[in-house]
Amino acid sequence: MRIFGLNRRIVRALLGSQYAHMLEYRAEIALWALSGVLPFIMLSLWSGSDARSQLGLDGVALDRYFLSAFLVRQFSVVWMVYAFEEDALLGRLSPYLLQPLHPLWRYVASHLGEQLTRLPFAAGIAGVFFLIQPQAFWIPSLGGFLLAWLATWMAFAIAFLLQSLIASLCFWSEKATALERLLFLPFLFFSGLLAPLTAFPPAVQDWVRWTPFPYLIDFPARVLSGDPVNLAAGFGAQLAWVVLLLPLVLLLWRAGVRRYSAMGA
Amino acid sequence: MITVERLSKTYRVADKQPGLAGTLRHFLRRRQRDVSAVRDVSFAIAPGEMVGFLGANGAGKTTTLKMLCGLIYPSSGQVLVAGHQPQRRHPDFLRRITLVMGQKQQLIWDLPPMDSLRVNAAVYGIPDRVASRRIAELSDLLELGEELTRPVRKLSLGQRMKAELLAALLHEPELLFLDEPTLGLDVNAQLRVRQFLAEYNRRTGATVLLTSHYMADITALCPRVLLIHQGQLFHDGPLDRLTSRLAPERHVRLELEEPAPAEAFSGLGRLDSLENCEVNLRVDPASLTRVLAQILERFEVRDLEVNDPPIDQLIGELFRQGSL
Ligand SMILES: Nc1ncnc2c1ncn2[C@@H]1O[C@H](COP(=O)(O)OP(=O)(O)OP(=O)(O)O)[C@@H](O)[C@H]1O
Ligand SMILES: [Mg+2]
Repeated sequence: MRIFGLNRRIVRALLGSQYAHMLEYRAEIALWALSGVLPFIMLSLWSGSDARSQLGLDGVALDRYFLSAFLVRQFSVVWMVYAFEEDALLGRLSPYLLQPLHPLWRYVASHLGEQLTRLPFAAGIAGVFFLIQPQAFWIPSLGGFLLAWLATWMAFAIAFLLQSLIASLCFWSEKATALERLLFLPFLFFSGLLAPLTAFPPAVQDWVRWTPFPYLIDFPARVLSGDPVNLAAGFGAQLAWVVLLLPLVLLLWRAGVRRYSAMGA
Repeated sequence: MITVERLSKTYRVADKQPGLAGTLRHFLRRRQRDVSAVRDVSFAIAPGEMVGFLGANGAGKTTTLKMLCGLIYPSSGQVLVAGHQPQRRHPDFLRRITLVMGQKQQLIWDLPPMDSLRVNAAVYGIPDRVASRRIAELSDLLELGEELTRPVRKLSLGQRMKAELLAALLHEPELLFLDEPTLGLDVNAQLRVRQFLAEYNRRTGATVLLTSHYMADITALCPRVLLIHQGQLFHDGPLDRLTSRLAPERHVRLELEEPAPAEAFSGLGRLDSLENCEVNLRVDPASLTRVLAQILERFEVRDLEVNDPPIDQLIGELFRQGSL
């Protein structure tokens, strides 16, 4: 059976080649992993400040939250727009459009390959964190870990679909990648990367819950760190966003390719 | 295999004057201009044919090929390729065609071609054993060996082009659309690619459509030529009929040991230019051998060249003469 051209064998071939591809860039990926330490910087800022008590998380729980935020971010980072932009520029998109496989699958595969390459570096950074903060060490239960994994993948799916939406807009204007930068600001504040969502005033929290941002970092990080969290509400919201975005992306992509074809491919 | 009826393509491009004022005006009121790239073209191609597209830069060759393989939508007219409307890009259609563009690539730059080949095999649903056999066969024909396991970025232009061809042909398409497949290759590599395409066509009976700026590609491969000028088709038939129609004369360039007066060349053809020892003549092909013999008899010749005039130049000339 094929889903938009995809079957098990293609998954294996794509993942294999993309993993090999990303290994070629392991040095860069290690640096990206390192550059993802923003949550740790935030942690040290919060730890030294009186405002800490307002975050709704006490000592060790806050350490764990930020480590989890770091890990979730590592495995849900999306750079699809930039890869797409390059492919469109270099004309690689045209041959992809002539193959019986939805081109978006290639980008999914390269992200998964990249996550696999990132794994040892992210694990290493987590190890260093525990050496410095041994009191924060914890091992989540297997069930908790699997749930956190699922939540992280859902976060990745939402982020990927959001960027695919922007990439589809590139068919109308090359400047559409600027939207990605525009989205980054609310993401930074409302995803939970800078501070857990509970640090915001309740009114803001109520409002932010209707955006996809808290489900990108805050929710999966809380699941991973073992914070009490409403699982049904979180997964429900994640699923809702995926279900909302997926048809939108597919439609917009189709329309975009049609426009690309009219413009001269 | 292919039927094209009154096919046209018009591109809409933004018309922007240079300079700040132009930019502002463009920003306020976008002006668009229509570029007519292909106009009212009709032809039919039978299975197994090898057909060459000729035309100057910007004539509309790439645009036509892209419409045939479904990459761009026609503005008007009908295209039917292998029983499909190409622009629908039906998976069954995609499995039967391939497009190779000399200036673009599909292989992953940082990986050996073999990795991309594996992915293609999976995408096209070719069983591993069949894929391995085809890779062996094709790389044999293309004289590719360990290059397949070296990162693409470390291959020479010619090796890369051959690997691109291999990747594009792995699914054994019945229809090949090749847009300048020999672009930038040296004479040897061009020859290799040409021989390969002829052999592929012979073995598989595939239909091949090819554009090239190298006349040799077309003369060697394509018994039939479609000539496009400014988006319009104005010749469809064997190449020799085209050359005799276009170039009733051959260009002969001479370098003599000693200068000779213009009168000395009377009866030998039309004198184009005469500068000291360098002479350019145009000679009727029917009397070429006779004229050459006379030249060698009459003069001390240091160097001699016989050429077909460049095809693009001929087409332009023909248009100026208004014979179309
Ligand atoms: N995407 C596009 N948008 C607007 N105009 C285009 C586009 N692509 C091609 N054109 C125009 O259409 C005409 C035909 O272009 P095309 O690329 O088909 O020519 P060609 O015969 O392949 O030329 P070449 O030998 O240089 O490759 C040209 O005038 C070109 O400027
Ligand atoms: Mg072209």
